[in-house]
Amino acid sequence: MSALVSARPVAWSRRLVRGALVLLAVGFLALFLLLPLATVFVEAFRQGAAIYLTSIRQHESLAAIRLTLLVAAIAVPLNLVFGVMAAWAITRFDFRGKALLGAFIDLPFSVSPVISGLVYVLLFGAQGWFGPWLDAHGVRIIFAVPGLVLATIFITLPFVARELIPLMQSQGSEEEEAARVLGASGWQMFFRVTLPNIRWALLYGVLLCNARAMGEFGAVSVVSGHIRGLTTTMPLEVEMRYNEYDFAGAFAVASLLALLALMTMALKTLLEWRYGNEIAAHAPGGH
Amino acid sequence: MKKLPVLLALVATLVTATTAARDVTVLNVSYDPTRELYRDVNAAFAAQWKARHGDNVTIQMSHGGSGKQARSVVDGLSADVVTLALAWDIDAIADHGLLAKDWQQRLPQNSSPYTSTIVFLVRKGNPKGIKDWPDLIKPGVQVITPNPKTSGGARWTFLAAWGYALKQPGGNEAKARAFTQELFKHMPVLDAGARGATNTFAQRGVGDVLLAWENEALLARQELGKDAFEVVVPSVTILAEPPVAVVDGNADKHGTRAIAEAYLKFLYSPQGQAIEAGHFYRPRSPDVAQQFAAQFPRVNTFTIKDVFGTWRQVQAKFFADGAIFDQIGPGN
Repeated sequence: MSALVSARPVAWSRRLVRGALVLLAVGFLALFLLLPLATVFVEAFRQGAAIYLTSIRQHESLAAIRLTLLVAAIAVPLNLVFGVMAAWAITRFDFRGKALLGAFIDLPFSVSPVISGLVYVLLFGAQGWFGPWLDAHGVRIIFAVPGLVLATIFITLPFVARELIPLMQSQGSEEEEAARVLGASGWQMFFRVTLPNIRWALLYGVLLCNARAMGEFGAVSVVSGHIRGLTTTMPLEVEMRYNEYDFAGAFAVASLLALLALMTMALKTLLEWRYGNEIAAHAPGGH
Repeated sequence: MKKLPVLLALVATLVTATTAARDVTVLNVSYDPTRELYRDVNAAFAAQWKARHGDNVTIQMSHGGSGKQARSVVDGLSADVVTLALAWDIDAIADHGLLAKDWQQRLPQNSSPYTSTIVFLVRKGNPKGIKDWPDLIKPGVQVITPNPKTSGGARWTFLAAWGYALKQPGGNEAKARAFTQELFKHMPVLDAGARGATNTFAQRGVGDVLLAWENEALLARQELGKDAFEVVVPSVTILAEPPVAVVDGNADKHGTRAIAEAYLKFLYSPQGQAIEAGHFYRPRSPDVAQQFAAQFPRVNTFTIKDVFGTWRQVQAKFFADGAIFDQIGPGN
């Protein structure tokens, strides 16, 4: 009897819960993501498209854009190579300290970016461990482009490896072993078997890595020295302009950063939509 | 034969490159509110240098909280000149051997080409009726100023408050300490730099009164609305002397000493003084001061020497780790 009575209310309350949850999620997203994002573009164009274009065409903005692209162009490929190597080592070999290596890859996620920037100052700064030697040899790392690149590499180190490791673990090494048995060399096996298997996850990782490399603020702020037009990346340029009462300029540069993020997201969505089956097939727990 | 013209062209380029204009860059590491000031100073100085010597001078700028900037120079930010908020920050650089310890005697007037002071910026109509220091610690008044640990302006503010309390009838160290401690209880946030605090007060609308550099308060009023804010001058405040110096170690390494010294002297020239006054820094030159008299309210000031001694002593007594600010500042 109780079953008969409660059947309808359960279905009704289920629908209520579902509706409430969806509404909450959408509202949360709108409040914390869409609204700020919209603000960036509204503020950027508040004084008109002409001011927007002038702000972006200024020497300092262009220098910041160039520097940001340069830093990402060095940091992302390096982390791509490192990520593949690390994922390979962890998923295909057994060795002492494997768990430790895995933990170390996650370190940049758990350490505050400010700390990671400070560590480089302590290592390479004039008062740091290697400071006097670097100074004697005329090498500048901190408060120059190499420092920005180092800090960005550190911050974005986990992205590629963390995308690859679960996938490569779930795939196992049977296909690769088959390739070796059939006479493929190590490189042939990598390029013909491994790489095609991991390509979408790899691309994913690279996209995330790139987004973070361009957007990182804390760590690069510590090692930048904030020399206008020389060591300021786009996020630093945004802060600098905001501090100079140039709100239109700050939001104009910020809108470019937001645009880069949106493009990354669009590319990611496009990949999922276009190659959804393939990604799903290779995703952890898929098949 | 074909190579000859190319070779000649190459030689010609080399010759002109050595005789004609050099491109020189000088890095000026400065504190937070001087962004607009040095943009104009740099343009004027570069034009003057080009006219007199033919070189193309680019002055690069780095801005931030004064203490943080000094730390960066110590850590290797290779400033040819530093233009900071207070003498102790340059002393700290001198302690690491980058410039002579007597640097402050090298230029006139304690190496401070311009001065400023600490004033109050309140919202239009002064709704809380803030006229002088005691009004800041009335119930319900929220005070905005940056963190004295990182901001030079905030250290001047701290000393201005302390000096005020000390100078009252029956004033003594204990009363000054109690007043300053009470003042910090009225501060809901402490930004790292002067500009951050100004934005907190003016843009985000937090607090009833901003304790700021006079130049920063007047600039904020000009940039963000003359109708929105009013400047209140307290009965007594401190004369802030932001100093400048060539960083010997770096300038000599870069071969920029001559330009760096000329750049700092330019700050004392009539042209430089007028630019500084135009950006609301009080000029040292009586003539220029006369010319800009209308924009600077009359203030009754004391100097750091009158009340506290040297910046080195002030730093040790008030702002070093575990010193008075740590004992009575936020969280105590």
